[in-house]
Amino acid sequence: MSNFASLTEMRIRLALRNKMFFFFSIVMPFIFFFGYLGFFGKSVPAGAAYFLGPVLALNVMGSFWGLSATIVMFREQGILRRFHVSPVTTSDILASSVVANLALTLPTVIFELLLAGLIFHVHTLHNLLGIFVLVAIGTISFASLGLVIASITNTMQETQVLNQLIWLPLVFLSGATFPLAYLPKVVQRVGLFLPATYLVNAFQQVIVNSATALSRYTEIASLVCWAILTFFLSMQLFRWEPETKIPRRAKLLVASTAIPFLLLGIWENRIDRILRESQTAFAAFQTALDSLRPAMRMSIQSGNAVNPSNHAPK
Amino acid sequence: MGNAMLQVENLVKHYGDVQAVRGVSFSVEEGEVFGLLGPNGAGKTTTVEILEGLRTLDSGRVSVCGLDPQEKPQELKQEIGAALQSTSLPDKLRVMEALRLFASFYKRRRRPEDLLKRFGLEEKRNTFYNQLSGGQKQRLALAMALVNDPKVLFFDEPTAGLDPQVRREIYDIIEELRREKKTIVLTTHYIEEAERLCDRVAIIDHGKVIALGTPRELKSRAGATTRVEVRLSKPESNGIMKNLEGVVDVREVDGAYVLHSQRPPQTIVSLVKHLEAQGNELVSLEIATPSLEDVFIEMTGRRLRD
Repeated sequence: MSNFASLTEMRIRLALRNKMFFFFSIVMPFIFFFGYLGFFGKSVPAGAAYFLGPVLALNVMGSFWGLSATIVMFREQGILRRFHVSPVTTSDILASSVVANLALTLPTVIFELLLAGLIFHVHTLHNLLGIFVLVAIGTISFASLGLVIASITNTMQETQVLNQLIWLPLVFLSGATFPLAYLPKVVQRVGLFLPATYLVNAFQQVIVNSATALSRYTEIASLVCWAILTFFLSMQLFRWEPETKIPRRAKLLVASTAIPFLLLGIWENRIDRILRESQTAFAAFQTALDSLRPAMRMSIQSGNAVNPSNHAPK
Repeated sequence: MGNAMLQVENLVKHYGDVQAVRGVSFSVEEGEVFGLLGPNGAGKTTTVEILEGLRTLDSGRVSVCGLDPQEKPQELKQEIGAALQSTSLPDKLRVMEALRLFASFYKRRRRPEDLLKRFGLEEKRNTFYNQLSGGQKQRLALAMALVNDPKVLFFDEPTAGLDPQVRREIYDIIEELRREKKTIVLTTHYIEEAERLCDRVAIIDHGKVIALGTPRELKSRAGATTRVEVRLSKPESNGIMKNLEGVVDVREVDGAYVLHSQRPPQTIVSLVKHLEAQGNELVSLEIATPSLEDVFIEMTGRRLRD
């Protein structure tokens, strides 16, 4: 068995023994799942389908949070040091982290997709391949982001602060929590510079409109580019020892990972494709909810009809 | 001379402005237990970490098992085993899992079961790492250093922070490895450890080797004296005692004579001859050999544990 495979197995094993993992990677995603699909999506197929994309995106993006914390803890406690004196390499540690993360994310995603079909009757999940391509590339790219965060922070506290600083804009400006079309126009335009926005939109298009993975080439290609860049960077900046200083060039290198989405953001701000898509999806979702209202109104009216006070003046 | 397993020539390492290692040289033969003895911050750990391929060197030459740690770190790591300072394992990793995991990294492997048995960890095989005692953690660290049946072992302060009883347990383990003719490089700031476990010792201070040899050689070379304490049936004058062969100093303590001798065998022979001639008798005799601590004090004017 290669070093990479045995390390991956160890990471999965350790995660399953960790209460924090259980809460953040299993309990939380299902709270979001039922909250969004059931409450905001009004438990109707179109509503549930609309929110399934953001829920999956949240699930996938969350991977960077736990990963950065684990690597920093491993470094602080001298666990990485022990691996360093064995034949394990930097790429063994980093690649096993990413793959273990993907393996741990998949069961939750599969379960969510099953529940979406069975409970919420989302019947537009024709393009499962597309969904899994996005889950994979999303997890890999955000896990790589987590590895970079681990490299440029020294202590657990620093890591958690940086995680928060990155997490908040990612989830609030991307359409992952509030629909993009629902946000102010300026915020929507800022959102176009975030990788999360493209992940959310791609998920939504694949789920709601059964778009093929191939048709979402812009999102996929940009996320792949970003994943390669961040993973490569995390290899460069990886530190085995807590005493090793962060190199000065680190800031410059980290800034360079923003380039793919900076360029894409400028382009998308000009052509407005993503914004139009997200507006159309949002509009379709609202129409679907509106179509419920007459039914609700009728039920209220018929309820009123039973009310004797309405009968009396006739 | 056997085969040099490990060679260090003029090793230099800086951390910023601090010169941690300034021109260290030594070599270790196959089957030898070699000690690096010195106070904290003397540069022992840095030296060992360069040998293990964990750190780069600034200048000098290093070879371990015929390999250059900087050029062939992967090949080197296949051949060495190490118990490092301030390392740890994930809290929720079980003892057996740790041994299996690390064994999987190597081409040459020992059976984890055998190591468990040998290090007395059989009952702890399914215990999480964070539930082990300090001594058990250290035994596991030593067992893990052996998973690849290494050619050279590095033990960096193997008993630091352990209580005396556990320390003796670790000594027993290392002595057993010594009998098996394992090549071991051991760093320590405990005199007892160096004297008891090492075939040869390099005393390191401020990044330099200030003395190198077998513990016995070091003690005699440094001019350290042996303490010979005798009780006699009839008193003798201090002047006569001082004139015995090899004696450099005499003191009378509680009716006993404490002689400091550079050549204890000669001193004893001349003492016995003198007593016979005087019709005096030897009531008791105690000999205390000098320790490496005395050597260190002699060389640096400081105690080792400052």
